[in-house]
Amino acid sequence: MPKYAKFAALIAIIIGSLVLVATASLKDSQTYYVTIPELHKMASATSTKRVRVGGDVQANSIVHVRPDLTRFNLVQDNLILPVEYVGRDPLPDTFKDGAQALAGGRLESNGVFRAEEIQAKCASKYAPKPGMAPDGLQKKMVPSAAGSSYTSKL
Amino acid sequence: MENVGALALLLAFCISLYAIVASVTGRLKRKPFLTLSAERAVLAVWLLVTTASGILIYGLLTSDYRLAYVASHTNRDMTLYFKFAAWWGGQEGSLLFWSWLLSTYAAVVVFTTRRGHRNLLPWVVAIVSTVQLFFLTLNTFVVSPFQVLAVDKVVTSVADGMGLNPLLQYWAMVIHPPFLYLGYVGFTIPFAFAMASLIEKAPGESWIHTTRRWTLVTWLFQSTGVALGSAWAYHVLGWGGYWMWDPVENASVLPWLAGTAFLHSVMMQEKKGMMKVWNMVLISATFFLCIYGTFLTRSGIISSVHAFAESPIGKFFVVFLAVGIAATIWLILDRLDYLKSEAELESVISRESSFLFNNLILLASCFAVLWGTLFPVITEKLTNEKISLDAVWFNRLMVPIGIFLLLLTGVGPLFAWRRTSVDSLRKNFQWPGIGTLIVAAALLLGGMRYPYSIISLSLCFFVAATISMEFFRGARAISEKTHIGFVPAIIELTHRNTRRYGGYLVHMGIVLMFIGYSGHPFNQTAIGEVDKGDSIQVGAYNLKVLDLTEGDTPNYEWETAILDVSKNGKPIGTLEPTRRFYKAAQQATAIVALRTGLNEDLYINYAARTGTKATIQAYVFPLVDWIWIGVLVLIMGTLVALVPSKVARSYARTEVVGVAKKKDAPVEA
Repeated sequence: MPKYAKFAALIAIIIGSLVLVATASLKDSQTYYVTIPELHKMASATSTKRVRVGGDVQANSIVHVRPDLTRFNLVQDNLILPVEYVGRDPLPDTFKDGAQALAGGRLESNGVFRAEEIQAKCASKYAPKPGMAPDGLQKKMVPSAAGSSYTSKL
Repeated sequence: MENVGALALLLAFCISLYAIVASVTGRLKRKPFLTLSAERAVLAVWLLVTTASGILIYGLLTSDYRLAYVASHTNRDMTLYFKFAAWWGGQEGSLLFWSWLLSTYAAVVVFTTRRGHRNLLPWVVAIVSTVQLFFLTLNTFVVSPFQVLAVDKVVTSVADGMGLNPLLQYWAMVIHPPFLYLGYVGFTIPFAFAMASLIEKAPGESWIHTTRRWTLVTWLFQSTGVALGSAWAYHVLGWGGYWMWDPVENASVLPWLAGTAFLHSVMMQEKKGMMKVWNMVLISATFFLCIYGTFLTRSGIISSVHAFAESPIGKFFVVFLAVGIAATIWLILDRLDYLKSEAELESVISRESSFLFNNLILLASCFAVLWGTLFPVITEKLTNEKISLDAVWFNRLMVPIGIFLLLLTGVGPLFAWRRTSVDSLRKNFQWPGIGTLIVAAALLLGGMRYPYSIISLSLCFFVAATISMEFFRGARAISEKTHIGFVPAIIELTHRNTRRYGGYLVHMGIVLMFIGYSGHPFNQTAIGEVDKGDSIQVGAYNLKVLDLTEGDTPNYEWETAILDVSKNGKPIGTLEPTRRFYKAAQQATAIVALRTGLNEDLYINYAARTGTKATIQAYVFPLVDWIWIGVLVLIMGTLVALVPSKVARSYARTEVVGVAKKKDAPVEA
């Protein structure tokens, strides 16, 4: 076998098997991102599909039922999605009232979302909302340029 | 004060622009004073960015809550060094930090190469200044760190700031971002030298020799940065994981993979004059992946637990990346004739070939991680459905890739250049090979049933054996010849060729890390809602709750469980997992109780309190400490490789075109 054919064959085998592994496991490890309205619309179809749904955690809705069961509501555009978290990992520390959360799991036939994983982002931390002061100050504050006109608005 | 800071940044922006123009015109028109002025401009930029950073740091340390950045990233009760760390704790500050590091690197380059490389330096200055200009654009015009809070145009301050995210108030988190940034920023320098030598069609591999230490130091920072992030996740997040293929973690490992491939493939160019185009591509890819990583963490295009706010800077990055990549591709294509290879591959079983496959695999894994990370973006564009791939997908792909790389780590250095004879194969591989099979059989008979763990652990043995053999043979030869003891002989051996034996030590570090990874399938978990007097059983450990206590400090409130721990009935002391609630940030965080051991860690997380009962999660993580030990060995090995070899060593080359005479001298071990 010529030298370069050997190299080509080896490279083809390696790349081929990697592509094979990558595509074969594509099906069962993919998760669809949906919004709460979308989830309601495709209610019946999604029960078999793994999805990740995002929203804000409704204030005072978090109830720790058992160590392995936490109930809470996700809200988006006044639509409420009841969620049951049954995952093994502890809930992230950033998960609290008002936080943005992503719940990964399946929608049950009773309309409750059964989540196996929760990701949460503390909304206030990295992203002070435009025009809002840090905690506790109700007055509307606008960050302005430091005496210079070239600094853009936050 | 903040006006001075903003002004300094604006000036730095103008001077960077001047440096680019002066450097390029100076070189093209052959006006040395102009290029010299560009070099001075680089130093001026450093001074200005340092001034701006100093002013921001002063604001952070003195809690100047008129500044929006200070108010949203610190609070009064924070310790001083966390206030300092807030410099890189948020978007605006971290971009300023980037600029400052780059200007520092640039100043060091100008200083250290002031006598040599007169033809390359102007281009290096121009390229580095272009990158600097981009970041200063962001700092000055888009996300200024010097914005003040105001009501109706009257500057106002708030009583107290919002505080740094408590999850980040941890030592590893304080130094993790600087290390990653040092790595990200540092690759600008070898990239600039590579492009400069392309533009000038500089003969030989001088850019590789000049930037070898830069690349290695940068790689070291990056490895340490990634490892610190991993260690932080393990010790702070409370679920005991060290890697979850989160987009931002991926962003940090992408340039690392490309950089590792580059470190290996430059050896091919130095020794054989091969893979010249490839090296150009690799260093460019590494640099752009660094920029891309910064972009990914800042733009919010992919949802991640780490992501900073969605912000307007995303499109700036996209433009910069697009223009930069296009220019680089054009330059490489235009100079292809200059990058001709001087030798050919001769055999599949050769050192060259092992480098080739090492590069292939590293690049494939890099591509796979990139693909997996961007999958939601791609599918959204193609099908309007945002689909993400989870850790399962990454693990299925990356675990075999990792194991194959581990195998190459073992066999590669033992193959001879050009081709390997059957005799030398037998000599090098017979005993390690037999030993490996015995280890695998022993693990199987010992009841281990996870194929990946068995393969990984036996390969770890194989690589460790081959590396030890290399040290042993070399040291024995020296000790026979010079009649010194065996241990001094090992030191002497390493000192004679620090690059080679330091590299072996790095490989040894990788082996130890793989031992740590192999323990993952054997993790054990228990979760319990407990009251005083209850107990939890996890693995061989029994945890009895002695007391549940709570308290208060100005910065946070805390709850603690005091646990009496026994292993197989023998008492081994108490552990106190804690949960803190930080008042300023209104957020809770766990202080995990950890009992570390070389065989396994006992890891206890205080998850929540409901009524009088506490929820406790207990884990046993076998072998996990070997990951951290491996990282330390890897750092040590890299440091050894940075020490100059005792014998000045240049490589023998078959055909060399236009290289200075002294480099032709064939000195070879």
